[in-house]
Amino acid sequence: MQKYSVFSLIKNAFSDHQNWEVAWKDPTPKSEYDVVIIGGGGHGLATAYYLAKEHNITKVAVIEKGWIGGGNVGRNTTIIRSNFMYDANARFNEFGMDLWRNLSQELNFNVMFSPRGIINLAHSDAQMNAYARRGNSMRLNGIDAKLLNRDEVKKLIPMADFSDEVRFPIFGGLMQPSAGTARHDGVAWGYARQADSMGVDIIQHCEVEGFDVEGGKIKGVRTSKGVIKAKKVGLCVAGSTNILAEKLNMTLPIETHLLQACVSEPVKPVLDGVVTFGAGHFYISQSDKGEMVMGGDLDGYNSYAQRGNLPTIQHVLTGGLALFPFLSRLKMLRTWGGIMDMSMDGSPIIDKTHIEGLYLNCGWCYGGFKSTPVSGWTFAHTIAQDRLHELNADLTLNRFSNGYLLDEKGLGTKTWIS
Amino acid sequence: MLHINCPFCGLRAQKEFAYGGDATVKRPELNKEVSKEEWDNFVYMRKSPRGKHIELWHHISGCRQWFKVQRDTATHEIFKTAKMSEEIT
Repeated sequence: MQKYSVFSLIKNAFSDHQNWEVAWKDPTPKSEYDVVIIGGGGHGLATAYYLAKEHNITKVAVIEKGWIGGGNVGRNTTIIRSNFMYDANARFNEFGMDLWRNLSQELNFNVMFSPRGIINLAHSDAQMNAYARRGNSMRLNGIDAKLLNRDEVKKLIPMADFSDEVRFPIFGGLMQPSAGTARHDGVAWGYARQADSMGVDIIQHCEVEGFDVEGGKIKGVRTSKGVIKAKKVGLCVAGSTNILAEKLNMTLPIETHLLQACVSEPVKPVLDGVVTFGAGHFYISQSDKGEMVMGGDLDGYNSYAQRGNLPTIQHVLTGGLALFPFLSRLKMLRTWGGIMDMSMDGSPIIDKTHIEGLYLNCGWCYGGFKSTPVSGWTFAHTIAQDRLHELNADLTLNRFSNGYLLDEKGLGTKTWIS
Repeated sequence: MLHINCPFCGLRAQKEFAYGGDATVKRPELNKEVSKEEWDNFVYMRKSPRGKHIELWHHISGCRQWFKVQRDTATHEIFKTAKMSEEIT
């Protein structure tokens, strides 16, 4: 594999950049693999990469119905954070933060990880108390957390509405300074390129039509490009999880919902990190190009549409205007949607299933992007060793029936509200 | 925006309604032995199909009645709406 560096850039400039190697091949599927990963998104590609790198399993195929990076890994708002209260989620995502910090070097691909911090705003004394509690929990797990008062917040985001007339005055906020953003496409491409160089077959435009299960054991997958035998199969398909579960006669604690995001026209730098509104569902950051990247509520009813409905955008931006009045002067550049695998407690599932050799990675709700490296890392471990790693030991499928829920927000099973 | 035909008020804009989730989920019968599996299925397990889905909606800014809607989760086409006492097949 050709190494990307300033020297290779200069060298290729002499040939008008016509002679770059392809970043990944376009192979036809072999008849058999050790592991087949279904879903060529961030999590699937990361899983394939860590299977090859950490576990030396290279007879691996990643099969993707569309094209790699065309699903949620290219549709999210690129936020990376580990500001969780519960131990299981905090440990899991903080391990992920360590992977993020070194990812560009490791993949030889600039994922533009930019730890500029996230501020969750509080608009009441009760909310400040709740954030103090969450911040303390984070610090006990070794995660940086800083409780900010109103003046400290004002210094960081002076363009927010600090006037006396606002309905939800800013009392303060909880900040995780090490949180940030990254270039989401780069993450998918970086993992794909490295996985491909280690022998992983990335097979695009290949839809799964069914599974071959014999005697409670997975034997392979039936696809639009023929039958592929596999010793082990990993499901990494986010919003399409229920479609594949139906083919396996499984019912899961997952509902698929639509989440939208939008960006404004690019403007000069006004916002350094990520900010979330505490009195409504709205979050915002500014991309390197200068666009304001915004998102908020789910559309609110089960959906596989991958495109959204205008009332939700209007509702989310109403919250945005309450916080940042200057947004009213900006034109919206584009809006888009992605389909989320909403779990019944808001936390993910990385687990084995009742079918031997079939592994499940789902339930990311709308926070899947930040966990891309750690999800791939732990899922690869789970598949390779046929047992859970201690990092995902609590992210099990049976936690729902056992009562060990990881409900960060305490919202219960009405997934469309969360 | 969806346009939903409330069985009591007629066709209204989505903004008047609140969603209530899968309408096919059955609560285990009262005063009977409930197995762990039945309870899990009721509380947590969802089919969430791509295609026809029977769901609950609440006409919260209208007549405040709950009712059932059969909608396509990929195209958002609404096939039928019915009162809670009626079945959608």
